[in-house]
Amino acid sequence: MIQEITVLSGKGGTGKTSLVGSFAVLAKDKIMVDCDVDAADLHLILNPEIEEANDFFGLNEYFINRDVCIECGKCEELCCFEAIKDFEIDVISCEGCGICYLACPASAIETRKKKCGEWYISETKYGPLVHAKLGIAQENSGKLVMEVRKAAKEMAQKENISLVITDGPPGIGCPVIASLSGTSLVLVVTEPTVSGIHDMERVLDLCSHFNVKVLVCINKFDLNLEKTGEIEKICRKRNVKIAGKITYDYIFTEALIKSLPVVEFSDGETSRRIKSLWENLYNELNR
Amino acid sequence: MKIAISSMGNDLSSQVDPRFGRCQEFIIFDSETLEFEAIPNEAINAAGGAGIKAAQLVVDKGSKVVITGNIGPNAFNVLAGAGINVFAGATGTIQNAIDAYKAGKLQEVNQATNGPGAISTVPTYR
Amino acid sequence: MIISIASGKGGTGKTTISTNLAFSLAQKGHKIQLLDCDVEEPNAHIFIKPKVELKETTSFVVPQIDEEKCTYCGECVRVCAYNALFVAKDKVMFFPQLCHSCGGCAYFCPEKAIFETNREIGEIEAGSGYSIEFAYGKLNIGEVMSPPLIKRLKKRIDEDKVVIIDAPPGTSCPVIEVVKGSDFCLLVTEPTPFGLNDLKLAVEMLKVLKIPFAVLINRWNEEYFEIDSYCDKENISIVMRIPLERKIAELYSEGVLFSKELLEWQDAFCKLFDSIEGLWK
Repeated sequence: MIQEITVLSGKGGTGKTSLVGSFAVLAKDKIMVDCDVDAADLHLILNPEIEEANDFFGLNEYFINRDVCIECGKCEELCCFEAIKDFEIDVISCEGCGICYLACPASAIETRKKKCGEWYISETKYGPLVHAKLGIAQENSGKLVMEVRKAAKEMAQKENISLVITDGPPGIGCPVIASLSGTSLVLVVTEPTVSGIHDMERVLDLCSHFNVKVLVCINKFDLNLEKTGEIEKICRKRNVKIAGKITYDYIFTEALIKSLPVVEFSDGETSRRIKSLWENLYNELNR
Repeated sequence: MKIAISSMGNDLSSQVDPRFGRCQEFIIFDSETLEFEAIPNEAINAAGGAGIKAAQLVVDKGSKVVITGNIGPNAFNVLAGAGINVFAGATGTIQNAIDAYKAGKLQEVNQATNGPGAISTVPTYR
Repeated sequence: MIISIASGKGGTGKTTISTNLAFSLAQKGHKIQLLDCDVEEPNAHIFIKPKVELKETTSFVVPQIDEEKCTYCGECVRVCAYNALFVAKDKVMFFPQLCHSCGGCAYFCPEKAIFETNREIGEIEAGSGYSIEFAYGKLNIGEVMSPPLIKRLKKRIDEDKVVIIDAPPGTSCPVIEVVKGSDFCLLVTEPTPFGLNDLKLAVEMLKVLKIPFAVLINRWNEEYFEIDSYCDKENISIVMRIPLERKIAELYSEGVLFSKELLEWQDAFCKLFDSIEGLWK
């Protein structure tokens, strides 16, 4: 049975990727996954060597062939995305529905497959990493997330690895939902700020909406002890366990600049707290 | 009766593709005539809803049974809705899978077998 | 003038910048409109504390099938690029989460058996606080489609004002939907390898969209200069630096605009606006 831990936060910049980077050191026999496909960062800590690159295709692209176009305006009238103006299709606004292509009375619209990004299987010092890069200004990040998670799961099955650790994207929308559906356990990394609390509650709502088991970690907890207390109260009320509290520590940034996981960079108080966070997570998974 | 099996190749000695929505091909096997047909899976590069599209493909071919490795929630929902029996956990060659099915050794599933990677949405029946 | 505040990486301080910029300009008598378009995780209202005058739900058009007329021919399935429809012998199934509301199925249905109906995806609240006209969107929990809500929110843009738009993190569809149509984009970053990596992605995106932009470095310190070197090389202006200060972080944690407490920053934000206007012209 393959278990998967997915790390989310709602709000960006609470420290998801730094913590996942440390989990990569602490966890044994696992596959790491970076699901933040439009701003992937985990590779900056894990320094992977790409072993296999795969193309990712999105919806088709459409063009109007002006030599054939009879300028009837049918396509512009039908396009719900306001992507057609003056017999030209704006590729940025186009969502690839293809109605114009099907409806054009002159068959003046052409289509082709569009590469939207790439995903990779890589090797790192800490084990395999599956990650991706969404093309510039491309859509379908949720689909790419699914692709990456599927690849990781297949690899785990093949190589008999029982743990997948996934770094999720911020927010609560499409790529986040694609990251958490069917996972074994979600860790929500929050911070003691009004925004952090607000966003944590939205992710917790999302987890209960999809009925996923969830734990919370309070990063930078000593920045505002009163707000930390508030988070603890909310979690008690929701019956969500706090798996760890991490100090507001500049070594997060220092480790990052050296492109090292925090627990490899230092063995101080903060690293000790990250280790105990990981132990709590791991125990919860195996309960 | 027609049986659809997710396959990595186009004959009975091909391996079962563990993925349903994004398998390479479907082998449509007729259990009465013992003939089969291989159809490429058009859903393999679908940007979304691959499971639904692949399910449409096998339903349109008149299949009554689906044999695969894993099946996602959307594909399972539509197949179940169309009255198709889904058997998961098949491995080895297509021929092995057919034999296992006939011997009653495959598990019929009553829910999706792989959550990860699929947005499980509730379809609206109309 | 429409200025969007974006970043690539999350948590670099987009909301801090957009709210403090809006506040400082409004204090100096500018007519300001602030739109929080991070509809997945909106936060600006925490700092602006608006008096909400209007609430509206936003919906999304999805198909509904008239069983009486449907012949299960499957034409709708063939035209749907998103695979949101499935047809069996005596049944049509529809997956609303996959639908992009393109209207193709209804248009091509030979029996005219498909009509369009609304599905609620989120909520917009509008009001004002600190003399700023303010609106924000809130995506319903479990909803995947944020662009239609963003489009709706952007319909409120009042071009007679200085419009400041707070964007979500990332570089994919929701961000593009937000910054599209802006006159200028301010990219907020932080001096770390993550900040730099995601800044580069955001710069590439803005080049594709052909929107002029500049960079603001938040939590600035003297330990990481790669952002400077990158901007130097690419000829990108760095228009402001906000130092890494615990006091600013603490005020943020309480939901307080730091330029309201540390008054010298109001002038700094007004100057920031001047340099943006300068670069734009």
